[in-house]
Amino acid sequence: MEVFLVSLLNGLVYGMLLFMLASGLTLILSMMGVLNFAHASAYMLGAYFAFTISQHIGFWPALVLAPVLCGAIGAAIEMYGLRRVHKNGHIAELLFTFGLALIIEKVVQMTWGLIPVPYRIPEGLDFSLFTIYGTHFPAYRAFMLLISALMFGAIWLGLTRTRIGLIIQAALTHPEMVGALGHNVPRVFTTVFASGTALAGLAGVIGGNYQVTEPAMAFTMGPIVFVVVVVGGLGSLTGCFIASLLMGMIQTFAVVLDYSPADLLKWFGLTVTSSTPFHEVLTVPLPRIGALLPYILLVVILVFRPRGLMGTRET
Amino acid sequence: MSADATQRAALAPTGIVAFGRRYWLWPAAILAALLLPWLFFDWGTHRHSGFVLTMLSEIALMSVFALSFNMQMGQAGLLSFGHAILFGLGGYVTAHTLNAIKAGSMWLPTELVPLAGGVGGLVFGAAFGYVATKQRATAFAMITMGLGELVAASALMFMGFFGGEGGISTDRVIDTSLFGVPYSSPWQVYCLVVAWTAIAAILMRLQTQTPLGRMANACRDNFERAQFVGYDPRMVRFYQFTLSGFFAGVGGALYVLVYEIVTFDTVAAAKSATALLATYIGGAGSFFGPVIGTIVVVLLQSGVSLLSNAWLLYVGVLFIIMVMFAPGGLMGIVAQHAPIARIGRLGDLLVPYIRILAPGVLMVLGFVLLVELASFTTIGAAQGKDFKIGHVVVDPHAALPWVAAGAALVGGSLWLRLESRFFRARWDALIAEAKARGAIL
Amino acid sequence: MALRLFARLATAALLAAAAFAGSGPANAEDTIKIAYTDPLSGPFAQVGDANLKQMQYIIDYINTQKGGALGKKFELVPFDNKSQPSDALIALKSATDQNMPFIMQCSGSNIAAALIEAVDKHNSRNPDNRIIYVNCGAVATELTNEKCSFWHFRFDAHSAMKAEVMVRALPKDVTKVYLLNQDYLFGQSVQRDVKAALAKLRPDVQVVGDELIPLGKVKDFAPYITKIKASGAQALLTGNWGPDMNLLIKAGIDAGVDLRYYTMYAHLAGGAVAIGPGGDGKVRSVMSFNENVAPEIGNKEAEAWTAAFREKYPFDFYAAGFRTIFEYLQEGIKKANSTDPTKIAFALEGLPHKDFLGYDTVMRKDDHQLISEYFVGVFKKGVKYDSEKTGLGWGTEVTVLAKDLEQPTTCKMKRPAER
Repeated sequence: MEVFLVSLLNGLVYGMLLFMLASGLTLILSMMGVLNFAHASAYMLGAYFAFTISQHIGFWPALVLAPVLCGAIGAAIEMYGLRRVHKNGHIAELLFTFGLALIIEKVVQMTWGLIPVPYRIPEGLDFSLFTIYGTHFPAYRAFMLLISALMFGAIWLGLTRTRIGLIIQAALTHPEMVGALGHNVPRVFTTVFASGTALAGLAGVIGGNYQVTEPAMAFTMGPIVFVVVVVGGLGSLTGCFIASLLMGMIQTFAVVLDYSPADLLKWFGLTVTSSTPFHEVLTVPLPRIGALLPYILLVVILVFRPRGLMGTRET
Repeated sequence: MSADATQRAALAPTGIVAFGRRYWLWPAAILAALLLPWLFFDWGTHRHSGFVLTMLSEIALMSVFALSFNMQMGQAGLLSFGHAILFGLGGYVTAHTLNAIKAGSMWLPTELVPLAGGVGGLVFGAAFGYVATKQRATAFAMITMGLGELVAASALMFMGFFGGEGGISTDRVIDTSLFGVPYSSPWQVYCLVVAWTAIAAILMRLQTQTPLGRMANACRDNFERAQFVGYDPRMVRFYQFTLSGFFAGVGGALYVLVYEIVTFDTVAAAKSATALLATYIGGAGSFFGPVIGTIVVVLLQSGVSLLSNAWLLYVGVLFIIMVMFAPGGLMGIVAQHAPIARIGRLGDLLVPYIRILAPGVLMVLGFVLLVELASFTTIGAAQGKDFKIGHVVVDPHAALPWVAAGAALVGGSLWLRLESRFFRARWDALIAEAKARGAIL
Repeated sequence: MALRLFARLATAALLAAAAFAGSGPANAEDTIKIAYTDPLSGPFAQVGDANLKQMQYIIDYINTQKGGALGKKFELVPFDNKSQPSDALIALKSATDQNMPFIMQCSGSNIAAALIEAVDKHNSRNPDNRIIYVNCGAVATELTNEKCSFWHFRFDAHSAMKAEVMVRALPKDVTKVYLLNQDYLFGQSVQRDVKAALAKLRPDVQVVGDELIPLGKVKDFAPYITKIKASGAQALLTGNWGPDMNLLIKAGIDAGVDLRYYTMYAHLAGGAVAIGPGGDGKVRSVMSFNENVAPEIGNKEAEAWTAAFREKYPFDFYAAGFRTIFEYLQEGIKKANSTDPTKIAFALEGLPHKDFLGYDTVMRKDDHQLISEYFVGVFKKGVKYDSEKTGLGWGTEVTVLAKDLEQPTTCKMKRPAER
């Protein structure tokens, strides 16, 4: 019970962090069809910007300024880069973002150095909120939950209650139709790309000090974000939300459940010994592959349900 | 008379001549591949340059890999993020085969060892293809990404087949050669690699002419129509995937013969990315595109990385420029000149090219200098290297180099902008002329 | 048409290449070149980059203050291997092309295994162009056991030795430990070695948890911390490096769990920043050197030498232990009175050496494993030299001397016939 409750909280925090990163990508991917490899780079940039800004004027301004900066960069990328590449097809767009990711990584290395930077949790939030069965629950985690919940609310309201939100929602599912109705689709694209990048930047601001701010952070965070988006399904923010929490929970609970396929086979009366074929694979306990479960889930879901959990159309 | 005869021969080529005219590039390429290492031969010690041979071998085997990747991407429109798993698994199968031959538990001539890798790639291609080809487009890409991550992680976790981090090492000197060649020297192996690269390339070229190859194109362009004609696009994808697995496996086998070891990074995402980049840079639309791309990418990776700390940045910039301005890749650029060449006016482009070359070079120099300066102040400086151009030591903390670099970059790009207008006008005029003379097909 | 055009271009390129080859630089043999290959670009660049800078400093010192060897200077030639064995092997080819006597590599046992094999084969196939592989940090135990080679010299303690040092540092009151390692050759071997060392030296200690995690895939370690906490462990023993270690310790400190962390790599670049002030007195690391060793043992000369590095560079001199490597190479060359790799290799075998801190070390003849002293440092406030400007630094807690660290080897060394 003790482990269960703490794990639930852990899963929730991690899931929400994933959601912050993935929600922007969901918007971009669903609407523009761009597999944006530079998305995690925006996450990294957000963290580094926040580090530099918080050194000079503090964490709270950084919370606003860093995402805005990221958003501005995103808008520039869309207007001067992606838009030109768009006519060359999706693979060209993908490679464009891939090239960007390489450049951003190198620029970050050249600007802030190769080793991690000391981006710390602000002092005002550096205390333990409550203690649950002897484990501290840092206030910063609660703050992360709060920010991501606020963000989810804001996106949801923005998409359902504002005019541009309605257009974006329409463009999510029927991009051609929206264009046909006379809306300025390129501007919608720019808005979406910029806000997607800004969201990733925000995730970087609050994830950078929760994790470690270093040049490899984009590289390691990249694939998992794709998994979340695709599992959640294109065109569905709710799907993305559910998938994020699911990934958070799966990885958290996989750690605590010490079972292996061999245990499952025991139920059917089969005992795995070292002479059984594939015994090496069959005796792998769940915690050992916990972090790989998202990828297994990705493959399984796409094979049987290519639209993802809540997707409105096939990927 | 002779001029007349040549002209006639050109007009009505028959038999072997026609064949020679069409395919002369193949033997020429093989010949070039075999002659190139001799340029770097050290006559003093009577040794081949191991570095050049290894690099050329790397180019050859990565070409096979990139070509097999293009069987999926270019031909069938299947973008894979996990193609390296077929390459790597082919390599692992080869390594185990070589070890088995060495141990005497099976027999296979050294020359045919790449087939073992091919079969390995084929089998794994069928297994993974069965899962992945259920979908197409983005879903396919994502499935291959997932599979790639899973295989890469397994390669580290399971010691039995993959040998863990240390990988599987092997010895290519197994004394089963059909021609009595020991394959102990890099040169002998290089010849074998070139032979197999040629065989694999020819087979892949022929494959594009088969009904399967044609149907793959059809399914890429419009899978619904292909379906109406009565083909099952899924099966077409599956066969194409599996076959491309065979050739990827051959590439992996050549990797093992060259390096005599196979480790987890042969199945990792970075290898897959290399194939994707090479294919795109060279041009996915043309058969030879991936080969050209591979040459560029390998030279960048192994050559430029020796010279500059910031080579990844250059790679990134190159991709972005290619994607933005030459979506057809290098072969695409060459192909765009075809109509002008057909009307025999290629010479007219010489002056415009020279005119954009100068500002282009200036701009590139400015950019490179700027990047190197920045990289030297932050990273390179303390690696104990001086920033040298030729024999002149440049001080990255002085203002002058920065100003010069910035001026070159800005000036070059403004000048280029001006010149490119002139180029554009010339180009458009020539293309219009080609169009008028019916040289655009 | 496009093809023919391309062919013309290719011909031109070939001619250019030929011209380039013709004008290739003549190699002046006035320095002793050491090829150094490690990742210098990409996500793992920090490892190679930091090593390179520190080695450069050491080499400059050896050249200028200690007079190089045989009147020649050492020269380090870096090659970026991008963490790929194939690129490391290309670097090896470059090195042998230029008749360099040494190739050096520090990170990644996969690359080390590839290099050992390749150097072995190259040297037996080309007796006139041999090379020595200097291993400065690939620590898989098997490299000097089953995979041992005459041409491979390892100058870092292997993982079984590190595990033993780690276990020796466990205080008497710690009786419950938790193992958490990365799921690949090195992590698995740490897991095995720590258990073996516990069984040998501390049978009273109970292993309450034993975990393997996929390499570099875990982004949130909070669940692991919860599990470790629930197991009642007093100490966490881990061989993790990079993000897997940084995030693990950070998560543990954030959760305020009462744990001692025993690591192998927390002292490397980026570790101190990642741990932060919250880790005061909690994190220990098994290390060959830290900057506070010299002042602690009162070795003024070594202290002045390391302090001079700190003035020159903005980061820690954690790899000062590499100095031992270059001193060994220097002595080996002097003893062999030649830069011929075969002679140097024979000279290095069994060579004893007093390192710059004043401890006795030896390059063991049986397996070419350096047996030297090793330290366990604790990350705490109030040390003389802090780490990465955090205000905290590594103070030495335990020193294990070379004679106490000698472990048996299964190596069956094959030596070349001629000397």
